[in-house]
Amino acid sequence: MQKTLRKLSQRNETYIAIVLFVLFLLIEVRSKQFFTPNNIVDILSAMVVSGIFAIGTFMVIISGGIDVSFPALASLSSYAITKLLLDADYQGGIWLPILMAIVFGGVLGAFNGFFIGHLGLPALIVTLGSASVFKGFMQGTLKSVQLAVIPPGMKDFGTSALFVATNAESGLTSRMHSSILVFIVLLIVAWFILRRTMFGRGIYAIGGNPVSALRAGFSVKWTKFWLYVFVGVVSSLAGLMRTCMMTQMHPTNMLGMEMNIIAGVVLGGTAITGGAGTLTGCMLGTLLIVVVENSMILIGVPTVWKSVFVGALIIIGIGVSAMQVYRANSIHRNRKLSREVG
Amino acid sequence: MQVNTNASWIGRLYAKDKHLFRIILLIILWSAFMAITRFQKFYTLINFQTMASQFPEFGLMALGIMVCMLTGGIDLSVVGVANLTSILMALLMKRLELADGGLAFYVIPLSFVLAVGIGAAAGAFNGLLVSKVHIPPILATLGTSELFTGISIVITNGKAVSKLARVYATTINSKLFGLVPVQLLFFGGMALVIWFFLMRTTYGTKLYMLGTSATAAKFSGLNIDRLLIKTYTLSGVCAALGGMIMLANYNSARADYGTVYTLQCVLIVVLGGVNPIGGSGRISGVVLATILLKMLETGLNRFPKISSYYISLIWGGVLLLVMVLNYFSDNDIHLFRHKRSISIDSGV
Repeated sequence: MQKTLRKLSQRNETYIAIVLFVLFLLIEVRSKQFFTPNNIVDILSAMVVSGIFAIGTFMVIISGGIDVSFPALASLSSYAITKLLLDADYQGGIWLPILMAIVFGGVLGAFNGFFIGHLGLPALIVTLGSASVFKGFMQGTLKSVQLAVIPPGMKDFGTSALFVATNAESGLTSRMHSSILVFIVLLIVAWFILRRTMFGRGIYAIGGNPVSALRAGFSVKWTKFWLYVFVGVVSSLAGLMRTCMMTQMHPTNMLGMEMNIIAGVVLGGTAITGGAGTLTGCMLGTLLIVVVENSMILIGVPTVWKSVFVGALIIIGIGVSAMQVYRANSIHRNRKLSREVG
Repeated sequence: MQVNTNASWIGRLYAKDKHLFRIILLIILWSAFMAITRFQKFYTLINFQTMASQFPEFGLMALGIMVCMLTGGIDLSVVGVANLTSILMALLMKRLELADGGLAFYVIPLSFVLAVGIGAAAGAFNGLLVSKVHIPPILATLGTSELFTGISIVITNGKAVSKLARVYATTINSKLFGLVPVQLLFFGGMALVIWFFLMRTTYGTKLYMLGTSATAAKFSGLNIDRLLIKTYTLSGVCAALGGMIMLANYNSARADYGTVYTLQCVLIVVLGGVNPIGGSGRISGVVLATILLKMLETGLNRFPKISSYYISLIWGGVLLLVMVLNYFSDNDIHLFRHKRSISIDSGV
């Protein structure tokens, strides 16, 4: 029992879970609206897109890289899909758009993967450049405009609901979007890749130390390449889900999301230098950001304060974990030094 | 004979600094292209004056990001600092406005002094987070960027601060001797100051050393914490001045002005030959890259048929192209000579 407790106290996830729980309680006490079925369903719906993006960002950060191009990638691919299907007057179901999202996302991800994996260029700079290219391609070459109508298959999927939650007191209802299934499936796939495949081991190994990973027999080039392809697919699916759920295509709507997603992932205890972090922590961190963004209004904090809170949260949250890491390292180092001296 | 000396001069420049050489080459090529296609519309005094009054606002922010990148860090909060400064100063000027809609003579100098103070404080805060709290720079400045923007939103309620006294905008928008825009003087002055710091003081030497190897710097007895705080403070001051120029150019201030500048400035700095890992890069490269981007943008606007959205495509493309060229020259790969010599670690 004590062992488990000590183990838990050393993990970042525990702290973030406690913070989340305190925040939930605070909101509940102030508003009596948090633990209502419709609010929980609303937060879960808000988690879908952010959560899928977070999966991709999480895997990239684990590998020691960073990706700021995913909102642009998602916008470009979902705009292209919507536009192509509208032009073709497509009447079928959701499967073709999903397939297209996977293909487009894979191709655009391979673009990033080529520069980062094969040429070994810094991920931040490459993805800054590719974000600019994707955005320019969408707005310039494809001449993107807001599309108020989306193909019926996508619309049906976006408006379909698994179940409807009703608030007994206020009578407000919220629908549980079917797109949460995509989120759950992707979560399982990512868990499987990271925990049960050699490829996933490779991602952690590269993030820990690329030279060691290379010496241990991992192909750094190809692991990075396929990682960015996978992240492209994941982000592209997130874009498609967003379009379906909004039942319209707004090309610039997703741009600018990258910073909050990265913040959520890092808040969840993922080391920005790579090599360490868990999916659970990543999801908890993302949930924290989503709750702060969506529920501050419930405790009577005006929406203008949102950025201040998110900013303070990032600084304090990451600051605490950074101090912990620093202290752990210096204790370790001191011990080693004293052993060498003694 | 003439050709020979020319070739060796160019060769020497190329060997000395490949980044600088490439940027100068790009500027010459683009100028020639504009001369052939749109000579009359591009080569006018007014056009150049307009460009020179517009690029300092993001050029100053790029200078700030540059000094941070030399240490191996980055400052993503420059736009946040710039907007916070311009909003606070706009409010101050509105408060001190005289009855006839003018400003007392001391208000403009005072607001610049205060702006530098705010920028320095914001930058020092970044520096503290990076050095004392040990947050990776990219995350620390990401967080403070959100925080500063948030404070700006709270102060203004998300609305623009406008209807400022005209005096401020006309002063900053005026031209020295009827020729040189005042904004350019700020940019040039700051670039000179940073050049002096980097090249003529021990601070600069330490900065490059820290960027080259933090461990070596530490064991050489450098006070890394103080060095980092100084650097981020300098970046904050640059950003605050950029904000003051934005305030003059738009004649209003708002929390979400210039949000595209963050990535654009990082792009400029990398294009200017600053190594993102730190340790190398020159101020001349960054200044020329700023000018190149402005020339590209203004030049493209002279072609009404080309959508202005292509600019972001071209910027991204140029950035990736430069990175790939660097990769080839760094790894000694000659495309047309079939001589490939990549060591085993280069793929890492």
